[in-house]
Amino acid sequence: MSNHVTIKDAVKRYGDFTALNGVSLDINEGEFFTLLGPSGCGKTTLLRMIAGFNSIESGEFYFGDKLINNIPAHKRDIGMVFQNYAIFPHLTVKENVAYGLKARKVPKDQMDAKVKEALELVQISHLADRKPNELSGGQQQRVALARAFVIEPSVLLMDEPLSNLDAKLRVQMRSVIKKLQKRLDITTIYVTHDQEEALAISDRIAVMNEGRIMQIGTPSEIYAKPQNPFVAGFIGVSNYLDCEVKPDGKVNIKGELDLNIPLRRQYTGKAKLSARPEQLFFTATGMPGVIQFSTFLGDFVEYEVLLNDGQSLIINEYTKDHSEVYENGKNVFISFDPLRVSLYESESQEVLSL
Amino acid sequence: MKLLGKRQFRMDFWTWVKIIVILALCLFIVYPFYTILTKSVFSTKVEGITLYNFTRFFTKPYYYKSLLRSLYVCFFTVLASTAIGVPIAYLMTRYNILGKKAMHIMTILSLMSPPFIGAYSWIILLGRNGLAAKLFTMLGLTAPTIYGRGGIIFVFTLHLFPYIYLYTSGAMNSIDSSLEEAAENLGMSKLRRIWTVTLPVILPSILAGCLMVFMTCLADFGTPMLLGEGYVVLPVLVYNEYMSESATDPFMASALSVVIVICSLLVLVFQKYVIDKRNYQMSSLRPPVEVQLHGGKRLLASLPIYIVIFLASLPQIVVICQSFVERSFSGMVKGINLSNYQTILKRLFTNIKNTYVFSSVAIVFIVLVGIFVAYILVRKKGKVASLIDMLIMFPYVIPGSVLGIGLIIAFNRKPIILVGTSAIMIISYVVRKLPYTVRSGTAFLCQMDPFVEEASINLGVPPLKTFFTVTARMMLPGVMSGAVLSWITCINELSSSIMLYTGKTSTISVAIYQEVVRMSDGTAAALSTILTLTTIISLLIVFRVTKGKVKIV
Ligand SMILES: Nc1ncnc2c1ncn2[C@@H]1O[C@H](COP(=O)(O)OP(=O)(O)OP(=O)(O)O)[C@@H](O)[C@H]1O
Ligand SMILES: [Mg+2]
Repeated sequence: MSNHVTIKDAVKRYGDFTALNGVSLDINEGEFFTLLGPSGCGKTTLLRMIAGFNSIESGEFYFGDKLINNIPAHKRDIGMVFQNYAIFPHLTVKENVAYGLKARKVPKDQMDAKVKEALELVQISHLADRKPNELSGGQQQRVALARAFVIEPSVLLMDEPLSNLDAKLRVQMRSVIKKLQKRLDITTIYVTHDQEEALAISDRIAVMNEGRIMQIGTPSEIYAKPQNPFVAGFIGVSNYLDCEVKPDGKVNIKGELDLNIPLRRQYTGKAKLSARPEQLFFTATGMPGVIQFSTFLGDFVEYEVLLNDGQSLIINEYTKDHSEVYENGKNVFISFDPLRVSLYESESQEVLSL
Repeated sequence: MKLLGKRQFRMDFWTWVKIIVILALCLFIVYPFYTILTKSVFSTKVEGITLYNFTRFFTKPYYYKSLLRSLYVCFFTVLASTAIGVPIAYLMTRYNILGKKAMHIMTILSLMSPPFIGAYSWIILLGRNGLAAKLFTMLGLTAPTIYGRGGIIFVFTLHLFPYIYLYTSGAMNSIDSSLEEAAENLGMSKLRRIWTVTLPVILPSILAGCLMVFMTCLADFGTPMLLGEGYVVLPVLVYNEYMSESATDPFMASALSVVIVICSLLVLVFQKYVIDKRNYQMSSLRPPVEVQLHGGKRLLASLPIYIVIFLASLPQIVVICQSFVERSFSGMVKGINLSNYQTILKRLFTNIKNTYVFSSVAIVFIVLVGIFVAYILVRKKGKVASLIDMLIMFPYVIPGSVLGIGLIIAFNRKPIILVGTSAIMIISYVVRKLPYTVRSGTAFLCQMDPFVEEASINLGVPPLKTFFTVTARMMLPGVMSGAVLSWITCINELSSSIMLYTGKTSTISVAIYQEVVRMSDGTAAALSTILTLTTIISLLIVFRVTKGKVKIV
C-alpha cells in the first residue's frame, strides 16, 4: 500500500545550529522523489526525521492523512536503504531479507514465497544462503534493497545508496532501482548529492541548500528553469553575468549588448543573468571576446572566452552544427538565446525570466 | 498547530540498567572503599577523628620502609621488564624469528598464568633445598638466593615483561615504514634511526606498558608474600596488619590501604596527564616489513627470545613435573605417580569446586553486565555513562587485598551481612574482573556499524528487542575474548580471595598459598597444575576463536 507524504514546516536543531529551517514537501503516491543538495545541507537529517531516528523540533509529518510525528520508528512501516547497507552480518542473505517479515509475523510459507520473489527481483536468488561478508558491494546493495521493499512499506527511503559503488556499477544499479520502484509503485524518497544521478532517476527533485528547499520540480524543469542562481549553479554548468534591466524592458549586459528577455513581471534595475554553455553562441555581431582555450570533446567543443572586462565564459558549440574548431586568440562575438537564459534580481535573487 | 517535540522523562529499560549498574558499583566498590577511608582516620589509641595512623606510618620505619620497598621493587621491575620487553618486541616485529607465532603465544601464556605460581616454582628451583640450588652446590658454587628483594624483582620481571612486549610490539607494528625510510634517506645510521625516530614514536606505548607493570607490582600480594621473608612490602604489611593472629589493627590496615590506593592513583594520574598527551596516533599506511634473516643470523636473533621465554615458562614446566613426584615427609622422592592428585581430590575438593563454581557464576554476571555497560558507554554517551566509565576503572587502582578488606568491613554488619558467603567471593570477582570484558566489548562495539541497529528498528523490531537479537548477538564474540581473560584472572585470583575466604569458601589459589607455606610441595604443585592447565586451555580456545587476534592489553 503506497502513500503520499506531506511535510509541513519541518525544523531540526542541533543545539544552536539549525540544520533544517522550515522544509515543506508534498510527495505524490508512487512518486520517485529525490532530495538533492550539497554535503551538509540537511538531506540525511530530513530523511532520518521521516524514518523516526531524529527527533522533530517542529513541523508536521503525514503519511497519507496520518500524522506520524509521535509514532516510534519501528511502527512507521518504512523501508530504508542505508548508505553503507547495514546488512546484518550474522544472518544469511535470505535471513536478512526475511527479517522484517518475521517482525511482522508473516506466516512461514508466505514469508518464503515473498523472500524468494524479492531475491528474484534483484537477481540474487543464487546467493540466498551466503553470509554478507561473502558478497560484493553491489550484491550487498541488492540485499539491502530487497530487505527494504519486501515488507511492502508505505514509503521507501534511500540515503545515497549508490555512493559506495564504483562508477559503472552505479549507473547499472541506478536503473535497477528505478525499474523496481516503478514496478512496485512504492512512494520513494531518495537522497543524493550527485546531480546527474538525481536527474536520471527522479520523477521530481527538491534541491536543498543550508537547510532550505531552493526549488522543487521535474528534472527538466530544474535544469531548464532554475528558480535561483544556486540551483542554476548546482545543476549543470552556468555562466553568470551582471546586467541591468532598463525601463524599456531591455536587458543590457555590461553596456555591450541588449537582449529581449521576456520577464514575468515589471522590473528595472540590477540583475544577474545565468546562461548554460549551450545557450550561448558565436555571431557576427554581439558581445566581443577572445578565445582563450578550446577543448574538443567529440560531440561538442568547449570554448573558454575572455570578455573585455576580464570575465571568462564557457561556451559549447556542437560539432554537428559547426565542423570548424576556432583557434586560440581568435576574436569572436557572442550572443545569447534570450528565451532560454535565466534572469534573477541582484538583491533578492528572485527569478525574473519566464 | 505546532507540535513541539517534548522531552519527556520516561523510565525506559536503559534508565533502569544505568541505575542498577551505578547502584551496584557504588555498593560494591565505592562503599567498601569509603568504609576503609573512614576507618583509616580512627584509631584505638586516640579518640575521635585523627591522622594518628598516617603520622605513625610516616614516622615509624616499620611502616614507611614497606612503602619504600614497594616502590623500589616496582621501579626496578619496570626497569628490568623494559630492558627485556622492548628489545624482544623489536626483534619480534622486525625479523623473521623462528616460530614467531608460538613465541608470541608463549609470552601471553606466561603473563596470564597465576603470578604466585611463578614465585612458588622458583622456590622449588632456587629456594632452600631447591633443585637448581643443589646443582650449584654440587658445582661448588653458591646459588643466588631467590628470597628477598632481588628474587621478587626477578620473578616479577619474568612474569610482567610481556606487558611491555605487547604494548611495544603493538606500537611498532603501527609505525609507517616510510617514517624510518625517511630517516634512512636523510642519512641516519641504523642505531641512530632507532634512537631518534622509532623510539620517540613508540615511547608512549612503552610507558603505557610500564604503567601496567608498575600497577600490577604495587598491588600484587602473592609473590612478595612467598619470597619476601624479611622484606615486607606494602600489600604484605596490609595483610599482616589485618590478618595476623597477633596484634591485628584494622584501623592501621585501612590507613595502609589508603596509602597504596593513593600511590596507584598518582601513577594513573601521571599517565593520564603526562603520557596520554604525547600519544602519536599513527594510522599505518605501510606497516614495517619483516627483515628476512637466514642461517646463523636468524638463530642469533631468535636466541635471546628463546632464553627469556624459556625462563618465563620454566615455572609452569617445573610445577607440572613436580606435581607427579611423590615425596616422603622429609622431602625424599618416593616415586612418580598421581598420589598428589589423589590427595588434593580427597582433601581439597571443596577448593577446586569453589574455584570453578565461583568463577563460572562470576563470568555469567561479567558477560551480562559487560555487554550492557559496553553498550551504554558507546551508544548512550552522556554524564551517566562517564560516571559508569569512571567507576568501572576503580578496580585498577584498588588492589585486590584492599578491596577484600573493604568488602569485609562493609558487609560484616547489618543491614547486609555477606562475609563468609560465596556471594562475597563472587562479587569481588565480578567487580574486579569486569574491566577486561567491558574494554573488549567497547572496542568491538566502536567498530560496529550503528546503522545495523537502525535497520532492524526500521524493519519493525522494537529498540529493546533489537538490542537483544541484533546488537548483543553481534557483540558476543567481541565480549567473549575479554570474558575469557576475565575468567582466567578469576580462577587465578588470590589477593582478594585470601582476605575473604572461610573454610567453606576457600579456593585453589588460597590452598596453594597455604600448602606452600606448609611446605607441602606436592599438593601445591598438583593444584597449580590444575590452574595452569585451565589457563592454557582457556587461552588456546580464545586464540582459536579469535584467530590469534586476542588483545590482552
Ligand atoms: N548529530 C548531530 N549533531 C550536530 N550537528 C549535526 C548532527 N547531525 C548532522 N548535523 C549537522 O547538520 C547538518 C546537516 O547534516 P546532514 O547529515 O543532514 O547533511 P547531508 O545533507 O546528509 O550531507 P551529506 O551529503 O554529506 O551526507 C550538517 O551541517 C551537520 O554538520
Ligand atoms: Mg547524508
